[in-house]
Amino acid sequence: MKKYFPFFLLYKKALILAPLLVIIDVACEIVQPDLMSKIVDVGVGHKNLHYILQTGGLMLVLSIIAIAANVGNIYYSSHASVGFAAEVRKGLFKKIQEFSFSNLDKFSSASLTTRLTNDVNIVQEVIMMSLRLLIRAPLMLLFAVVIAVSINAQLALVIAVAIPVLGISMYIILHQGFPYFEQMQRRLDKVNAVVQENLVNVRVVKSFVREDFEKKKFGRTNDELREMAVKASGMVVMILPVMQLVMNISIVAIVWFGGNAIISGSFQVGQLMSFITYITQILMSLMMLSMTIMTFSRARASSDRILEILNTTVDIVDSPEAKEKDLLVQKGKVEFKNVSFKYHPDAEAYVLKDINLVVNAGETVAIIGATGAAKSTLVQLIPRLYDVSKGQVLIDDVDVRDYTLPNLRNNLKLVLQQNELFSGTIKQNLKWGNPQATDEEIISAAKDAQAHDFIITFPKGYETVLGQSGINVSGGQKQRICIARAILRKPAILILDDSTSAVDTATEARIRSSFSTHLKGTTTFIITQRLSSIKSADRIILLDDGAIIGSGSHDELLKSSPVYQEIYHSQQLVS
Amino acid sequence: MKAAIQPAGLPGRRGHIFVEKPKNAWQVMLRLWRYLSRQRGALFLILFLLLLNITTTLLGSYLLRPIINNFIIPRDIPGLIRMVVLLLTIYGIGAVAGIWLNRLMIVVAQKTISVIRADLFSKLQSLPLKFFDTHNHGDLMSRFTNDVDNVSDSLNTSILQLLTSTITLLGIFALMLYISPLLTLVTLVIVPLMLLVAAKIIGKSKGFFTTQQAALGAADGYIEEMITGQKVVKVFCYEAMAETEFEKLNYDLRDKATQAQLYSGVMQPVIQNLNTINFALTATVGGLLAILRGFDLGGLAAFLQYSRQFGRPVNEISGQYNSLQAALAGAERIFQIMDEVPETSDAPEAVTLANVKGEVEFKAVTFGYDAGKTVLRHISITAKPGQKIALVGSTGAGKTTIMNLLPRFYDIQAGQITIDGIAIKHIQRADLRRCMAIVLQDTHLFTGTVLENIRYGRLEATDQDVIAAAVLAGADSFIRRLPKGYDTVLQNDGGNLSQGQRQLLNIARATVAKPAILILDEATSSIDTRTELIIQQGMDQLMKGRTSFVIAHRLSTVRNADEILVLENGEIIERGSHETLLKLQGKYFELYNGQFD
Repeated sequence: MKKYFPFFLLYKKALILAPLLVIIDVACEIVQPDLMSKIVDVGVGHKNLHYILQTGGLMLVLSIIAIAANVGNIYYSSHASVGFAAEVRKGLFKKIQEFSFSNLDKFSSASLTTRLTNDVNIVQEVIMMSLRLLIRAPLMLLFAVVIAVSINAQLALVIAVAIPVLGISMYIILHQGFPYFEQMQRRLDKVNAVVQENLVNVRVVKSFVREDFEKKKFGRTNDELREMAVKASGMVVMILPVMQLVMNISIVAIVWFGGNAIISGSFQVGQLMSFITYITQILMSLMMLSMTIMTFSRARASSDRILEILNTTVDIVDSPEAKEKDLLVQKGKVEFKNVSFKYHPDAEAYVLKDINLVVNAGETVAIIGATGAAKSTLVQLIPRLYDVSKGQVLIDDVDVRDYTLPNLRNNLKLVLQQNELFSGTIKQNLKWGNPQATDEEIISAAKDAQAHDFIITFPKGYETVLGQSGINVSGGQKQRICIARAILRKPAILILDDSTSAVDTATEARIRSSFSTHLKGTTTFIITQRLSSIKSADRIILLDDGAIIGSGSHDELLKSSPVYQEIYHSQQLVS
Repeated sequence: MKAAIQPAGLPGRRGHIFVEKPKNAWQVMLRLWRYLSRQRGALFLILFLLLLNITTTLLGSYLLRPIINNFIIPRDIPGLIRMVVLLLTIYGIGAVAGIWLNRLMIVVAQKTISVIRADLFSKLQSLPLKFFDTHNHGDLMSRFTNDVDNVSDSLNTSILQLLTSTITLLGIFALMLYISPLLTLVTLVIVPLMLLVAAKIIGKSKGFFTTQQAALGAADGYIEEMITGQKVVKVFCYEAMAETEFEKLNYDLRDKATQAQLYSGVMQPVIQNLNTINFALTATVGGLLAILRGFDLGGLAAFLQYSRQFGRPVNEISGQYNSLQAALAGAERIFQIMDEVPETSDAPEAVTLANVKGEVEFKAVTFGYDAGKTVLRHISITAKPGQKIALVGSTGAGKTTIMNLLPRFYDIQAGQITIDGIAIKHIQRADLRRCMAIVLQDTHLFTGTVLENIRYGRLEATDQDVIAAAVLAGADSFIRRLPKGYDTVLQNDGGNLSQGQRQLLNIARATVAKPAILILDEATSSIDTRTELIIQQGMDQLMKGRTSFVIAHRLSTVRNADEILVLENGEIIERGSHETLLKLQGKYFELYNGQFD
């Protein structure tokens, strides 16, 4: 919760004024029934017209003050709650921008998005609520009890009985209902899972003609959900009638005891009337309070999810020395020195084991190996997306940790396996590679990536809007745009992580040939399954289970490495 | 007195902040009613109990008048006892009615919502593939979750509360008029004022909500995009730019949301305050009337009770109105799907299919996903029983599209497709699909055991059949090494298995189906070549003696095909065996050498 403090501080004026205004509102509101009883008992009782008008006028003035206080309260609590939510959102967004890859791996994107949107909204609602209801309900309760006791302490005993009775019955209902709600949620998740599975598996369902089978399966989970929903909601809807009953019995009790007191002369009709109003007020406030607390406990989960992000320690940051030195990547020589790596410090086995590798500036290296050989892991250590567990990665003979992250990554481009384009025009997307790029540079990069030809077939060419509101490009086209984006600045080091898998081989060959003329000085790493791409590399690194088990040209490896032979033959099959 | 107990402005009601309006509210309500009215009997009972409940409430408050006038003031204790017993009885009846009507409503609501859910699911099952290919899955999911939830909440509570509030309001008004028409005039001055304020605020806040919604959409969209692409953001050092961009959107949202929040938040308290003014005026005028015109004290007491209760139903109605709107908008989206056109039903003369030999023929087939945009032109293919036909070509050449036509996922525009000489449009769709099995590149599984997942191919398959199929597909050995073997439960789409293992399960599933025709669509393209070799063996076993269509990225897997078809831009440009095609030195030669030079 300490993490929230700076955000609150920005809106402290609103946070102090809002509750103060609630107090004024409650004070004006709560004396009304008492004043009314005086109109009846004093005014009507003594036939004092002047008194009635005076008291009525006072009631009116107080109500108008209450309106002003209320509007003020809503004004300040809107500002405070919405403003606070905005600051939290900003804080979360900033934090995520600082996250390292291993920080990101701990959360799914969907979960991060939910935290920034839904969870923040829920917290906003709760703060809005706290600044009014959470203060108003207990105050109302307290004031009403005080006034009721001051009117007639004996009759107030009815309240002393009613409050615990209502409190206990609410507790029983909620306590019983809660497990039902949890079960209902689980069954709801099951129903959703069936729907989700059917959506991704629609071709399977249809091709095996399993529509009726799925309907029956859904019918069962749906029925299970309904049974539990009836139980759970059935408990909650009991709250109102039970509340009604407690309140009505209290009123009857007051009519009886109060009536007797009036008959014996120790009580007055107006007081009886106001007493009934106060007990209604008290029990309502009690219910309001418990409802508010219930919403609060739901919002707690949201707040915990938000804090989890704010409290995450970012594990890759610029060291003070790196900032001081401010080195730039120049040539692009890459060296792995005794590098071992595991994703989680507690993991038993290393994903990469004792890697030693020197790649000279301008060299093209292909990295191959089976799925799970840690090829992507290896290259992700170069731009410091992860930090080595042991050993060192050096660029131009300087440890990558001695560069600042922007300096390191600006001249080193990695085309990820799971790549993303953003909504906006193709040109805007390409400019990610270099915000200052001219149109000529953009077109030249697109031509090198074999993207120019298809881009100009779109009616709007480079101004074509991508993403949800625009057109969708095919997988191969997307990959080519991603490559163009990465080579826009002609980086010193370029890493292509299986980034042409959806591009056909002929096009890929053309991309390679334009690289060899336009990206001559660039050190290039290529991860691929395709033999043709492998063979054009200066050197092939064969990775197996996190270790380098072979290195050399195609012919050398074909002679020396049995694993390479196996891979080669698996692609050639019978030849 | 107890009508006052409805929890007006329950904290944190979802409908309050973001309200979306249905486009055609009346039509949606009518359709919802058609669902609800299946339980007309229960609904009548609910209505009866509701009226009973409200009557006891209003009557209870009214009895305050005779109690004060006729028993307390005249000091009639036995009479007071009688009245107290009467009150207790009335409230007792009210409580029983209240409990039952709420529980009944839940049963009715949940039954209705489960029927709607089942209908929606059935509808989805009946929709053609085109629907799923052109609709976002997230959006479809949200209709099942958010929209159905909104309707469910509304059926659970909103309808009942709206009815209660409206009837109570009318009842209170009638009784006020009965007790003192003169005093009712005071209320008649305040109520229009309340309605005016409510209308003004609602009108104002509508505009603010629209602008807030737009700002929210922009901010949420940006968040989602930047988080999904976060790794790219880092690789391109775009963090600072993203923060600046987001800050603009975020503060814009804050300013718009503050206004919207202010207007939506202010309504309930102000209406409540106006009601207090009403109370103050009523008390004053009532007091004056008591002195000047001999208005009875009991009547004043009852009247004041009513006037205090007046604001709550007004607030309640405006609050529930919002959730009802959200529910109707949700229901509208649900009904939109229900109105989608299902797969065309089988023609009456459609034949059943048995003992399929597996002869497949495409005769000059032309097809486009959208009218006017042809994707395939004059495709002719002949596959004799047991033959292996390969489809190769660049991405987007139309390979998958051809294979979407055979099981009639899409219907062709011209030409003909036949199986064993019968045009597929004359075959009952279920029979048609049952005679073929498809193995796709995406290896999705269902929650359930390994055994259940394989048996999905043929539900009648015995455990032995399933195991035999797994052995044939080469999946048996890894399955036996799973913690519980064939009874291992797969969750989250088989997340605990490797992609290769999931693919082997898919092949076993196709094997157990014993199809006459097999379609393998890039079944191994995202798997490394060594794993592929293992899977390949399973697939070769599976293809034995069946007509198979293979779409492959890696040409090594198709060179033993009986015929290879090379596709480009929706047309077959080359056809023949591997050797013939190589000799041709055309596109196939180029593709092949691109991979194996």
